[in-house]
Amino acid sequence: MKTMPMSPVPIDTLSAPTPPPAIADPTVGTVAPSRSYWLVVLRQLRHEPVAMTSALLLLLIIAAALLAPWLAPADPYKASMLNRLLPVGSPGHLLGTDELGRDMLTRLMYGARLSLAMGVIPVLAAFGIGTSIGLLAGYVGGRVNMVIMRMLDVFYAFPSVLLAVAIAGALGPGMSNSLIALTLVFVPQLVRVAESVTTQVRRLDYIEAARMSGAGAFSIIRVHVLGNVLGPVFVYATGLLSVSMILGSGLSFLGLGVKPPEPEWGLMLNTLRSAIYREPLVAALPGAMIFITSIAFNLLADGVRSAMDIKR
Amino acid sequence: MNTEANQLLPADTATDRGGPAQPLLVVRALKKYFPVRSTLFSRERKFVHAVDGVSFSVAKGRTLGIVGESGCGKSTTARLIARLMAPDGGNMIFDGEGVGEFGGLALKQFRSRLQMVFQDSFASLNPRLTIGETIAYGPQAHGMAVAPATQRAHALLDRVGLLPRQFAARYPHELSGGQRQRVNIARALAFEPRMVILDEAVAALDKSVQAQVLNLLQELKAERQLTYLFISHDLHVVHYISDDVMVMYLGQIVEMGPVEQIYGSAAHPYTQALLSAVPSMDPAHRTERSPLSGDPPNPINPLPGCRFRDRCSHAEAVCTARAPTLLPVQWPGRMTVGSSVAISNAAPCNHVVACHMNDAQSGHSQARMQEAA
Repeated sequence: MKTMPMSPVPIDTLSAPTPPPAIADPTVGTVAPSRSYWLVVLRQLRHEPVAMTSALLLLLIIAAALLAPWLAPADPYKASMLNRLLPVGSPGHLLGTDELGRDMLTRLMYGARLSLAMGVIPVLAAFGIGTSIGLLAGYVGGRVNMVIMRMLDVFYAFPSVLLAVAIAGALGPGMSNSLIALTLVFVPQLVRVAESVTTQVRRLDYIEAARMSGAGAFSIIRVHVLGNVLGPVFVYATGLLSVSMILGSGLSFLGLGVKPPEPEWGLMLNTLRSAIYREPLVAALPGAMIFITSIAFNLLADGVRSAMDIKR
Repeated sequence: MNTEANQLLPADTATDRGGPAQPLLVVRALKKYFPVRSTLFSRERKFVHAVDGVSFSVAKGRTLGIVGESGCGKSTTARLIARLMAPDGGNMIFDGEGVGEFGGLALKQFRSRLQMVFQDSFASLNPRLTIGETIAYGPQAHGMAVAPATQRAHALLDRVGLLPRQFAARYPHELSGGQRQRVNIARALAFEPRMVILDEAVAALDKSVQAQVLNLLQELKAERQLTYLFISHDLHVVHYISDDVMVMYLGQIVEMGPVEQIYGSAAHPYTQALLSAVPSMDPAHRTERSPLSGDPPNPINPLPGCRFRDRCSHAEAVCTARAPTLLPVQWPGRMTVGSSVAISNAAPCNHVVACHMNDAQSGHSQARMQEAA
């Protein structure tokens, strides 16, 4: 490897053949380990008990949702007029039954599928779309930035709940329409985050250095901008997961999302509303699930955020 | 295996135009005005005259130091030369070819021959890339495959004194400031440039590390026939590394010349003031008071006349009336006590100064005195 003609006299201590002990890192050793940034973040995250508990809880909920057909004790659609509104802890129905006598535990497990989808899919879609638009606006700047950001300000003028209800109402009820509505609600927010981070990153010297190297704009964005913008946008997006789930449940609650026989937490909360005086515990269960899941999402997002801050 | 790495030394001397007589970089009447946002009520267009008609040339293999106070346009000049900003006026000739002109040097080629090292060693390295990847990025952007680019990066790391085996896979935050600046230098060299702009490249380092990096720069310069444009506010460092020095004030050149003439017999009152502000190593010679008072005047739409006049103790009516132009110094040796300064004929940079006191025809009352000398 030593193909460079080394100067006969060492420049200073640092170019001496053996590195001085002050900079010798025992963890580096002879083989340079490939430590990805995200691996470092993950290692940091392991030391945060709250975030780890939340992650565990979420894993449990996701597993229950995925394995519902095998784990659930009953059929989520099978009504039984005789067993209406059984209390929590009834024999055969661990978490009671709803107003049509369907097993609550089963419906909560199946409901997790739709509710989690409502939380994750719009945020993922908005993450992709929003980051792309934000990168473009932030990197190009000037007039392009102005046009994009002012157009998005129109969306910003409405409160997010109102906007979601308005779009879902205009598109008509249904799962896919409410997913689209939620995506449209989150895109402007993520664009704004991506745009502001990109604008900051673009002014840094390493972007100038990359431009000095004669690289094209696309290569600079891909190698130098994207990696540094994704982190903050990702953190913001994880914070949106709970919002998305709550909004999605809200849409279902209002009859704009999932249609009635389907189990979905927001919709279940709506239909159990009338039973709140007879079986308050059962009626509160879907709400509790929404609460627990969204809190877990938020706490995990907090953990990821602080884990990512460490190395900066 | 080593064929690519062997090409590290400048092999493209074929691009050398005109031999040593042709300056590597000629800058003519470079201008950059930044518009100041007009307020709601005033429609008047205002501009910060960041760089206002700067002309100079850098001979091959020499180091031109640019000094001046903060905000005098040093860094803007560097960025204009590197084309990180578009100039509002003026043109540049690099290695005998116009830059960014029709039929001239394309920007991409130009940038592989001129590189820059920035002041902030941390901000100039992408925190998400290992330093090996950072150095290899440039050659890859120019179409080199990953393996030879990595090999070149490792060879360069080795050259700047960082063991590639140990450092190539590290991230910038795992390095010290001096080590990071070495990485920046290695990155700049990844193209075999002819010229390197060092924009306050050692300003953020502590003194001992500064000396190491400066020595490294000197060695690399000799080894690769580099030409440096060294921007700094540290007069000691500029004295040490430069062959020629250019003093800037409010976007203009006030004095320029070989380093010993500038430091030994400064002709401009501003240069004299700057040099007398340098702390002395001898405690018996304390700097009692600052020779310059106040801040530089507002660079927004500066008044006509000499820009230094309101801080100059020699200011007269003529200084307000019109701006002095850069003229060869008429009276070398005035500042030195007892000895005349040997003027090297080899120095391609003449000692020039923009001051009415240097111009016998200017009408300045102190101009005649020097004419006699």
